[in-house]
Amino acid sequence: MSESTLRLVWVYPDLLSTYGDRGNLLILARRAQQRGLPVEIVEVRSDRPLPATADIYLIGGGEDGPQALAAQRLIADGGMHRAVNQGAAVLAVCAGYQLLGTSFYAKGARCHGLNMIDISSDRGPSRAVGELAGEIDPRLGLPPLSGFENHGGRTHLGPGVSPLARVTTGIGNDGQTEGAWHGKIVGTYSHGPALSRNPAIADLLLRWATGHDRLPALDDTWSDRLRGERMAAVARPA
Amino acid sequence: MPLRAKVASSVSRTAAALSRAAGRGDGSVIGGWIGLKIDPDLLAHLSSGRAIALVSGTNGKTTTTRLTAAAMQVLGPVATNSFGANMPTGHTSALAKAGATPYAVLEVDEHYLAQVIDATEPRVVALLNLSRDQLDRAKEVAMMAQLWRTALAAHPDVLVVANADDPMVVWAAEGSTHITWFSAGQRWHDDSWVCPECGSPIERRDAQWWCTGCPLRRPQPQWTVEDDGVVDPTGAWHLVKLQLPGTVNIGNAATALAVAAQFGVRPLEAVPRLATVSSVAGRYAQVDRDGRNIRLLLAKNPASWLEAFDMAEEAPTLLSINARDPDGLDTSWLFDVDFAPLRGRQVFITGDRAYDLAVRLEVNDVPFRHVSTFEEAVRAAPPGRLEVIANYTAFQDIRAELDRVN
Ligand SMILES: [Zn+2]
Repeated sequence: MSESTLRLVWVYPDLLSTYGDRGNLLILARRAQQRGLPVEIVEVRSDRPLPATADIYLIGGGEDGPQALAAQRLIADGGMHRAVNQGAAVLAVCAGYQLLGTSFYAKGARCHGLNMIDISSDRGPSRAVGELAGEIDPRLGLPPLSGFENHGGRTHLGPGVSPLARVTTGIGNDGQTEGAWHGKIVGTYSHGPALSRNPAIADLLLRWATGHDRLPALDDTWSDRLRGERMAAVARPA
Repeated sequence: MPLRAKVASSVSRTAAALSRAAGRGDGSVIGGWIGLKIDPDLLAHLSSGRAIALVSGTNGKTTTTRLTAAAMQVLGPVATNSFGANMPTGHTSALAKAGATPYAVLEVDEHYLAQVIDATEPRVVALLNLSRDQLDRAKEVAMMAQLWRTALAAHPDVLVVANADDPMVVWAAEGSTHITWFSAGQRWHDDSWVCPECGSPIERRDAQWWCTGCPLRRPQPQWTVEDDGVVDPTGAWHLVKLQLPGTVNIGNAATALAVAAQFGVRPLEAVPRLATVSSVAGRYAQVDRDGRNIRLLLAKNPASWLEAFDMAEEAPTLLSINARDPDGLDTSWLFDVDFAPLRGRQVFITGDRAYDLAVRLEVNDVPFRHVSTFEEAVRAAPPGRLEVIANYTAFQDIRAELDRVN
C-alpha cells in the first residue's frame, strides 16, 4: 500500500450486507476519488483474514445468525481491533454497530461483542422500522442525521462513548439517542446506505482517515435534495 | 360441493362482479374474501376434483403462471388467477369464477405456499427462486426457504418442479420424493452466499455452485435454456418464440413447459401456445403515444431489476421509483442494484423517490435527467421506443395513466 492510497475495507459482505450496505463503500470511494485521492477497495469474506492495516473499515447490517457468526470470526481474527488501535476509522451500521460493543442479543441468546466501544445491546419491546432523524453531537460539527432504521435492538451507552445524535424522529438507540461515536469509530442504526443521505458523515470519516481538516467541497445537489425531501417528510404531521 | 360451499361460491362470484361494476379493481380479491367468510373451507371445496399446479417464488411467478396456463390449455379449460391476486382470497375467486375446470394453475405468494398446498392438494408445485423483497417487512430469505421445506415434507406426493440454480430453492425442495429440476439461470446471487443447511460459504463457478461445508450442490437439471430455446429431458431442443422480451422469459417458458409436462403435455404441443401470451397484467405491454412506443417493465426488487435490464432494449429509458406501502417504505435496495447496464442510454427518472434514485445513479456513474411527471418524460424522449422500468406502485400509476388514453 502506498502512503497516499486510501484503503477501504468492507468487512464480511457475505454475512453483513442486507440492506444496500455496499452504498457506503461506493460513496466513500467516490468522494475520495473526486478529491484526487487514490482508493483501494478490499472486500473481505468471513473465511478470509482481515488486513490489519487499512484506513477505514465498513461493517454493515445483517440478520441474527450471520451477526453472531460475524462477531465470533471478528473476535478470533483480531485484525480490525489492531487496525483501530493504530488509528483506523470505522463506520458500523445496525447489526455491525451492535457487535462493536460488549454484548448483543441474537437468536434469543446474549453474544459477546468485540468490546471496541462502550455500548451493549438487547431486545426492545418492538421493532423500530421507519424514518430516523436527529441532531448530531455538536462537537462533530455536522448537519442533522437523516436515515431509515429497521432493527429490533435497543442499545445502552456507557460513559466511554458519546451518542452520535439526539433523536428527533424514530427510535435509534432508545428513542432518545441514536448511534455512538468514540475516537474514529462511528456507529449508527441508520441502516444500509446511510452515507447516501449523510455525505457529511462520509467526509468526517475521510477527514479522520487522511488527517486533512478541510476537504474540497463537492457538488451535493442530489443528496441535498434528497435530504431536504426526507426532512420535510418527517416534519409533516403523520 | 356442500351447500354452504355452493352458496359461498355463488356469493363470491356475485361480489366480484359487483366490485368490477363499481370500478373497484378487478374484483378478484373482494369476491374471494366474502366467499371465505361464508365458508372457510371454500378454497378446498373449489379445488377438489381439479388437477392443480401452484407456482411460487419471489420473482417471475405471474409471468410463469400465465405461460403455464397457456401450455396447459392443450389439455382443456384451465382456471387461473391471471390478475396476480396470489393469496387465498384470490385463488378462491379465480376458481369460483372459472366454474368447473379439470385443471388450475395458481400463482401463490411465497408466504402463503404452505397454507395453499394444504387447501388445494396440488399435483405439482413449482418453485422459482427466493430473494430479498420488501425489506422492511419480509421474512428472512432463509426463513422462507425453511417454511417451504417444511410444507413440502408434509406433502410427499406432490411433484416438485424446482430451480436448480438457486441454492435456497434447492435446499427447500431437496427433501421431496418427486423432483424435476430446471435451470432458468440466477442473475442475483447476494441472498445465497451462505449455505442454508450448514452455514458454510457457497462457491460458484460458471453455472455450478456447491457448499464448501456439506453435500448441498447444484443438481443436474432436466430442463435447460439453450440459446433461444428449451432443452427437454430427452435432450430435444425446442425453439421458443415469445412475445415477451429477454432470456429471463425463455427461462420462465422452460419452467412452464416442465410443469405442463407433469400433466402429460408434450413440449411440441405446448410451445406454440406460449407465443400467444403478449402482456401479463400490464407487464411488457406496449402503448403507442405521440410517436413513442412505450413498453412497461415491472421491477419490484433487486433481482427483478437485473432481469428488467436484460429485457430492455438499448433505448431511452424512464425509471420510476415509489416507496409506498406495497413497495416497502425503504429504498436502501437501490444500492443493491448495479445500474451500469444503463450507461450509454438516455435515462429519465421520476416517481415519489426519484431523489433516492438520483443519488444512486450518480454514484453509479449513470447520467440521468429528472422529470416531474411521466408526461414530461414522454415529451422529452425522442420518437421511437421508450422503455419504462418501474417498481410496483409507480408501475400501477403509469399503467393507469396509459389506460386513460386507450
Ligand atoms: Zn452446507
